[in-house]
Amino acid sequence: MSLLIKNGLVIDPQNHTEAVMDLLIDGGVIKKAEPEIVAPDAEVYDASGKVVAPGLVDLHVHFREPGLEYKEDITSGSHAAAKGGVTTVVCMPNTKPVVDNAALVKYVINRGKEVGLINVLTAGCISKGQKGAELSEIGELAAAGAVAVSDDGRPVVSSSLMRKALEYAKMFDIPVFSHSEDLELVDNGSMNEGYMSTVLGLRGIPKAAESVAVSRDVLIAKQVGGRLHVCHVSTRDSIEAIRAAKKCGVHVTAETAPHYFTLTDRACDGFNTNAKMNPPLRDEDDIAAVIEGLQDGTIDAIATDHAPHHRDEKELEFEQASNGIVGLETSLGLGVTYLVKTGKLTLCQLIEKMSTVPAQIIGFDRGTLGIGKIADIVVFDPDATYTVDVSKFESKGKNSPYDGFQLYGRVDMTITGGKIVYRNTEY
Amino acid sequence: MKDLLGLKDVSGQEIRRILDEAFRLKKEVLEGSKKDSCLSGKSVITLFYENSTRTRLSFELASKYLGATAANIAASGSSVAKGETLIDTAKTIDRMAADIVIIRHSASGAPHLISRYTKAAVVNAGDGMHEHPTQALLDLMTMQEKKGRIEGLRVAIVGDVKHSRVARSNIYGLHKMGAEVVLAGPSTLMPADLEAMGVKTYCDVDRAVYGADVVMGLRIQLERQKKGLFPTVREYHKFFGIDERRLKLAAPDAIVMHPGPVNRGVELSADVIDGPQSVICDQVTNGVCIRMAVLKMLAER
Repeated sequence: MSLLIKNGLVIDPQNHTEAVMDLLIDGGVIKKAEPEIVAPDAEVYDASGKVVAPGLVDLHVHFREPGLEYKEDITSGSHAAAKGGVTTVVCMPNTKPVVDNAALVKYVINRGKEVGLINVLTAGCISKGQKGAELSEIGELAAAGAVAVSDDGRPVVSSSLMRKALEYAKMFDIPVFSHSEDLELVDNGSMNEGYMSTVLGLRGIPKAAESVAVSRDVLIAKQVGGRLHVCHVSTRDSIEAIRAAKKCGVHVTAETAPHYFTLTDRACDGFNTNAKMNPPLRDEDDIAAVIEGLQDGTIDAIATDHAPHHRDEKELEFEQASNGIVGLETSLGLGVTYLVKTGKLTLCQLIEKMSTVPAQIIGFDRGTLGIGKIADIVVFDPDATYTVDVSKFESKGKNSPYDGFQLYGRVDMTITGGKIVYRNTEY
Repeated sequence: MKDLLGLKDVSGQEIRRILDEAFRLKKEVLEGSKKDSCLSGKSVITLFYENSTRTRLSFELASKYLGATAANIAASGSSVAKGETLIDTAKTIDRMAADIVIIRHSASGAPHLISRYTKAAVVNAGDGMHEHPTQALLDLMTMQEKKGRIEGLRVAIVGDVKHSRVARSNIYGLHKMGAEVVLAGPSTLMPADLEAMGVKTYCDVDRAVYGADVVMGLRIQLERQKKGLFPTVREYHKFFGIDERRLKLAAPDAIVMHPGPVNRGVELSADVIDGPQSVICDQVTNGVCIRMAVLKMLAER
């Protein structure tokens, strides 16, 4: 079956395309992209006034399967992704058990295929059991399809293990995703250290807890090579460390999450556990630095760190509540509203950060609308607003600080491999 | 006012009303023979997740002096020890028709969480490092009583400000009543961006105490030394303890306060604790009065 998307603003950062035209999809691939395509047999979708872009690639999600399905599973996570315009995700391996062997890598990928909505990819663990002691079988993980290795959720405490991970993973050409955090400096903190932590009487996490660890990681990467990818960057000093490393030619990439350019630690006021995440929400200066980092390319990608939790894990004393928020169903809207509508990034740059570059980081042939490429596509209306309503989330997790926010960038259709996997029926 | 969760959101006018009521109750109930049974038929529950002698006893006696039925839940002997969540405990208490729940908890924000799940009025009797509103109210009452005013007083609070809910509640209360607040303590025990709360901070206690009308020591938990936040108790007392020499730097008629229990010879020297300027025992008495006033006002809402 073929699909003809008419009159959309087709944006393909990889091919420097940004023009109103038609797009013909047939046999799961992009057949044509030109004005006034005639295809009598194709289903026609009128995308006038809308953007047609490569489907989003989210490098950092927690689908919780296997083992923690009460929070999320690959089915609900895939639906959430499709609704958010995300056609490829990289699952973090901190499941139960952790994904530190080839069998589990295959399990996650196969479950994703069974569900069949989006490309569910996974990272494998850096260390066996995520214990931070010995390398896991990174070669086997890569051969089974893991696109990265990460101990995400926990930092690699040992500098020596981080060195070995970078050296070893280099042989298999997969990046090491680093959750960079100095636990001694965290010292049981539960939110950013600053005025708000003082007022709320909550133990603060200094910015240095992240920046020190990021600095360590880029310096190790400088020494031994490998492909370092720094996850969820949130502080100015981390960004400056990455910027300096890039300048010296270190092979480092970095991602941030929408919450780090939209919210400050003031969102924690009233002990709001939906504003509790790790790294914690910072302050205005860090938001400015994150945006500068996105603008000058220091930060390559926007990933959600989609972290669904059961309400019983959030309706608790702040210090006891789990870290993390769901993000798949709000990421594009937050990007459009806080980066594009404010003039910080162009739509093309936003798509580059949310699709093209993340696909390149994991070496996955997506993130483009080139002719002959697999048709993973998002169609969204950058000027239409919608109100975030967590009760309507496809994700099992309702833990979002954005409930009630008005956002631009409504997703109207998501296509994976030429198949429509989400269609907005409310409008 | 449904609950008393902290002084941050209580107005100066409301604080004044509570103080006036506390003074009246002091005269009529504690010092006089007149009975007040304004809480007759009301049930007051104290739910203490942290050890406490004076605060708990103070609340318990306050409710009994006013004729309430008081019940206590000690976290160690209850379903809490069996792993019940705070919310489930709150719902359970709610279903037993409690009118007022007084909670102390080691987690900041715990009373706020409980208040969302119960119809009862919730009184924060100290939550983590966040607030301890009745302590600050009794401190204000004591200042009013001893100095005749609160407005314009210079109040020096000295010690472990970082971990102190007493300091935070006092900052709010004192500001609302027009006093000036200066804080002092070791830099490792001062929280971030403290001055953004509108206070002056010093690491030199002499400067903080200089000219103060009220000198308030904060309790230092000796475990903090084990965590390396200050080198030794000896050094702490030398640099941050209030002794007679330091007290001389304050106004000649300055009063000395402490929320208790005091580590003698650490926050305050023995001579200062037992000296003529100390009003620590008056604070205890006023504590009962403030708690009576708070319970009465919450019951009347």
